[in-house]
Amino acid sequence: MNSEQQLNKMRAALVDHKRPPHPSGFTTSLAFAWRALLKIKYVPEQLLDVTFFPVMFTLMFTYLFGGALAGSTADYLQFLIPGILVQTVVFTTVYTGVSLNEDISKGTFDRFRSMPIWGPSPLVGALLADTVRYTLASIIVIILGLILGFRPAGGVLGVVAGIMLVLIFSFSLSWVFTMLGLILQTAKAVMGISMTLLFPVTFASNIFVDPATMPGWLRAFVNINPVSILTTSLRQLMGGQVNWMQIIWVLIVSAVLILIFAPVTMYLYRNKR
Amino acid sequence: MENVMNQKDQPLAIEAVDLVKRFGKHRAVDGINLAIPQGTVYGFLGPNGAGKTTTMKMLATLLKPDGGTAKIFGHDLFKEQDAVRACVSLTGQFASVDEDLSGTENLMLIARLMGYTRSDSKDRAAELLDAFDLQDAAKRQVKKYSGGMRRRLDIAASMVVRPKLLFLDEPTTGLDPRSRNQIWDIVRALVSTGTTVLLTTQYLDEADQLADRIAVIDHGKIIAKGTSSELKASVGTGILHVRLIDAAARAEAQQLLSTTLGTPVHLSSDPSALSAQLSDTDHAAKALTMLSDHQIRVSEFSLGQPSLDEVFLTLTGKPAEDSPQKEGALE
Ligand SMILES: Nc1ncnc2c1ncn2[C@@H]1O[C@H](COP(=O)(O)OP(=O)(O)OP(=O)(O)O)[C@@H](O)[C@H]1O
Ligand SMILES: [Mg+2]
Repeated sequence: MNSEQQLNKMRAALVDHKRPPHPSGFTTSLAFAWRALLKIKYVPEQLLDVTFFPVMFTLMFTYLFGGALAGSTADYLQFLIPGILVQTVVFTTVYTGVSLNEDISKGTFDRFRSMPIWGPSPLVGALLADTVRYTLASIIVIILGLILGFRPAGGVLGVVAGIMLVLIFSFSLSWVFTMLGLILQTAKAVMGISMTLLFPVTFASNIFVDPATMPGWLRAFVNINPVSILTTSLRQLMGGQVNWMQIIWVLIVSAVLILIFAPVTMYLYRNKR
Repeated sequence: MENVMNQKDQPLAIEAVDLVKRFGKHRAVDGINLAIPQGTVYGFLGPNGAGKTTTMKMLATLLKPDGGTAKIFGHDLFKEQDAVRACVSLTGQFASVDEDLSGTENLMLIARLMGYTRSDSKDRAAELLDAFDLQDAAKRQVKKYSGGMRRRLDIAASMVVRPKLLFLDEPTTGLDPRSRNQIWDIVRALVSTGTTVLLTTQYLDEADQLADRIAVIDHGKIIAKGTSSELKASVGTGILHVRLIDAAARAEAQQLLSTTLGTPVHLSSDPSALSAQLSDTDHAAKALTMLSDHQIRVSEFSLGQPSLDEVFLTLTGKPAEDSPQKEGALE
């Protein structure tokens, strides 16, 4: 540093500025979403879980079990793809909690929390960016399905409607993991507990098999499992049917998740440590 | 030395009364009172775990105090949180910049959050990177910055909109002397533009260099307040550091020095070194002569400013707790 010159530059940079008007909560949320998306640019590996896992699961289930489960792998694909889509996106929601926890433990959020901005915007921004990830994951699954022989009778409209429904549900479910991200001490713990919660919810569902052959108690759980309801809605939408009852149920569950977990998350966020 | 009456008349940047923060049963901050005039640099000096960060976080609205009240530029910490946040900025102890993003992107994010348009935020980021001598690293990920660069970026992020009050939590811990000097220059430049700075440090010389007034904190309490010369005066005029050729002679040397000087003699963690307070620097020669008269050979000696450890030793009668150098002192 050429001291005198550098110091003058610094003083100039500090003195000559006027305060811009306060930004809206929407603007600040978008700024945070921009930040989260930039991270994908630098760490593209983080997209592995939305690409690698669905590909692996689809191939494995289709070719290992497909024939046995549905008579032929082609038939099984029609059944499996909407389910894999749900599974992939639902698992991606965990990432939201993990990255939030990392931000907090690194102190990055301390600065944001001491700024005069709309309180929830860092969280809302992160969730908006995650919606982009979910969309990406959905597109990958659909493309893979189409390559393997998935032929949705609902056409483009049905597929898009199905993806929208998954996005709504996942956005709502993310609040559960942001809450865990705030409660738990380490990112590892967030990952561990979230997975422990998600595994039974996704596997004890109708994603991979029709529950008809399951024991009664399990079938009862599978049938009321929101993941099953979502999967069923998706199959119907992509198959060209609209079952409003099912869709409304998914929307109700989503609303309940937000109504419970968003305020709790915000409370924890505001009063963190 | 500043006139105390004058200080009373100056408007205050921070006024805190009896701040308390508990973590479980542990009182991390245990009744802190502050009156910090605008436009000055105030230093918190204290060992690990003293409660410096906790106090700062409360004043920056990040932590809710369990007791007490505080006003920042006349705004109540609880009732006018938004007004408080609009005048303060925090540069935390652990870098609060985003390691995954570049310098430009970090500053642009803050500028966007402060209400700059996209293109203005780009300009402001470039201007600040240039001012903080980071223009060459603008596009690099912060992960690849050196400690000093990271700190400068961190402070630049606090300056996107110049705050009236800046909190700087241990701005130079872990930096080499050159980077430390750069940070010191930055702090001085900030103050010359009118910002009030509250900084924490574990180094007496840093507080000495930067702070107009200092509060020494230990166990959540302020145990001494004043200008750095006042604090040093309370410790004595200086410290004599002695290093012996033969470590086995240390006990005898300690005995001799304490009788000659009449002040406590502190054993350092280095087994052949010891230090003693001097009430008068002339006594140093006398002490060294005494050692040589007793055939205790000295490999090194120096007259130094009292260290934080020594300030603590005098103020509390015991070494700073949790300080890495304390083991030797406890022997
Ligand atoms: N979130 C927390 N939960 C429980 N205890 C805490 C928490 N934060 C701080 N403490 C405790 O409060 C005390 C004061 O901590 P603080 O971080 O304020 O110290 P400090 O003076 O900043 O120390 P350092 O120099 O190490 O940064 C310590 O004993 C610490 O363990
Ligand atoms: Mg600290």
